[in-house]
Amino acid sequence: MPSSPPSKRQRTPFEKGLDRLFEGTTMGFALFILLLLLAIGLLILVQAWPAVQRFGLSFLWTSSWNPVEGREVFGVLPMVYGTLVSSAIALLLAVPLGLGTALFLSENFIPLKIRTVLVFMVELLAAIPSVVYGLWGIFVLIPALKWFLGLFGVSFAGPSMLAASLVLAIMILPIITAISRDSLAALPPELRQGSYGLGATRWGTIFRVLIPAAISGIVGGVMLALGRAMGETMAVTMLIGNSNTINPSLLAPSNTISSLLANQFAEAKGIQVASLMYAAFVLVILTLIVNILADWIVRKLQAKY
Amino acid sequence: MTDVVLRAKECDIYYGSYKAVRDVSIDIPKNKITAFIGPSGCGKSTVLRCFNRLNDLIESFRLKGKMTYHGQDLYAPDVDPVEVRRRIGMVFQKPNPFPKTIYDNIAYGPRISGFKGDMDELVETSLRRAVLWDEVKDKLQESGFSLSGGQQQRLCIARTIAVQPEVVLMDEPCAALDPISTLKIEDLMKELVQNYTIIIVTHNMQQATRVADYTAFYNAQVVEGAGGKVGYLAEFDSTEKIFSDPEQESTRDYVTGRFG
Ligand SMILES: Nc1ncnc2c1ncn2[C@@H]1O[C@H](COP(=O)(O)OP(=O)(O)O)[C@@H](O)[C@H]1O
Ligand SMILES: [Mg+2]
Repeated sequence: MPSSPPSKRQRTPFEKGLDRLFEGTTMGFALFILLLLLAIGLLILVQAWPAVQRFGLSFLWTSSWNPVEGREVFGVLPMVYGTLVSSAIALLLAVPLGLGTALFLSENFIPLKIRTVLVFMVELLAAIPSVVYGLWGIFVLIPALKWFLGLFGVSFAGPSMLAASLVLAIMILPIITAISRDSLAALPPELRQGSYGLGATRWGTIFRVLIPAAISGIVGGVMLALGRAMGETMAVTMLIGNSNTINPSLLAPSNTISSLLANQFAEAKGIQVASLMYAAFVLVILTLIVNILADWIVRKLQAKY
Repeated sequence: MTDVVLRAKECDIYYGSYKAVRDVSIDIPKNKITAFIGPSGCGKSTVLRCFNRLNDLIESFRLKGKMTYHGQDLYAPDVDPVEVRRRIGMVFQKPNPFPKTIYDNIAYGPRISGFKGDMDELVETSLRRAVLWDEVKDKLQESGFSLSGGQQQRLCIARTIAVQPEVVLMDEPCAALDPISTLKIEDLMKELVQNYTIIIVTHNMQQATRVADYTAFYNAQVVEGAGGKVGYLAEFDSTEKIFSDPEQESTRDYVTGRFG
């Protein structure tokens, strides 16, 4: 019999200290992120304070943005509208396209080698800088839209909600595709076999077993994409026309919060800076709401299955 | 032997260039339990999955030879694999309930095959036949994952018999289960065999002797140029004969636990 079985072995004080050090360090990192987040939020709020005091909550439903000295009125409603509508249209287009692509790339419709190449190309889409998307929008998409709408006799100036939303849709496509594909590919193969083994068709299996099983991952990806769409700046600024008005026509120019910030910060002073900060704060809150909503939806769906 | 439901004739099965199984010929009798035994990797699952064309899902899979179902070629170009799998159901080694409620797990198969009758009744009879009804009747709307492993496996069996197949293929259905659940499933098989033809793959010799009418012993041997071990059907006979007086030396060694 060995005198001391391995389970009774004592850890040395050094080992214990190392463990504690590791724990402390990771906790420090985690707290640092939290503090950073709070600091950013606080800083924005402090800088926005003069505007918050002057306009109060009416900032949220005022539709004019007038920086002329002496007659300053600032309201963020058109930009909130633009942000929400452009993101919503982008999602509406990108979700079916992205999910379809993800399914195509996770099922065995085509040989694995071609699939791998396609997956790589989709991921490459995510690596294109947004200014390049903006240029592409100006030089390719807008002329194409002009030509296409011209066929129906519709006149189209170019920079518009439509152009910005279409480019946003392309930009968030790789996020939705990559995350949905990963969650579909991570499903246990037994699930697929179980469904086929009962005599299900490929479509039946995809829509009634695979998508429901991967739904929380898919929704997570969609929400991440939505966050990206709401915050995207450069490409949108180049394409949306930067008009601070609400116009129900998708062919008319519009604006988003992040695009507003990018355009006006350089020349802003005084209360305008504070108003821009206030707008930035509204954007942060909007994104926060989207994230909380996403979390809630994912939880709901997970509880269901 | 009685009616033959499934027949394999001189079948070679390949995964890409690798020949996994060679020259299998076997007749599966109707309303009997046939056990497939043999060491791991000798192609039992491979043969089993060919019978309901589940191997079609594997891109590199190729079959040479003929497999028939009631004399009809299973791999004829005009045969729909979806239809084949509706008649020849499958229960897997790992319980694999769908991420749905218990009720929907059972109702899934009938729904996709266009069942028009009383679904509640079908769910109840299927669960009753799988001896699971009493345990789940009050929580039909809970997730299939909320059940224990043994219950999940019986759920998967209930799900399979709900589509009313003629043959049930079971690939080591008790491998992940405790002894009590295992006995329950064996009882269930004996009950089911009055209406169904069953093939079961098992590593458990006692299980084969307890439930199977016929037993097929598979073995594998290294063949030069085949890319690895090649499985083959060493012996097929009544269970009694295989376990008491087999023809082959290797069968005797295997069933007496001398290798495998
Ligand atoms: N999908 C597959 N692709 C390639 N080879 C496979 C595949 N499935 C099984 N094989 C190979 O075929 C042989 C037989 O496997 P299997 O039928 O699972 O054996 P058993 O069920 O008797 O343990 C093994 O060598 C295994 O590695
Ligand atoms: Mg096996």
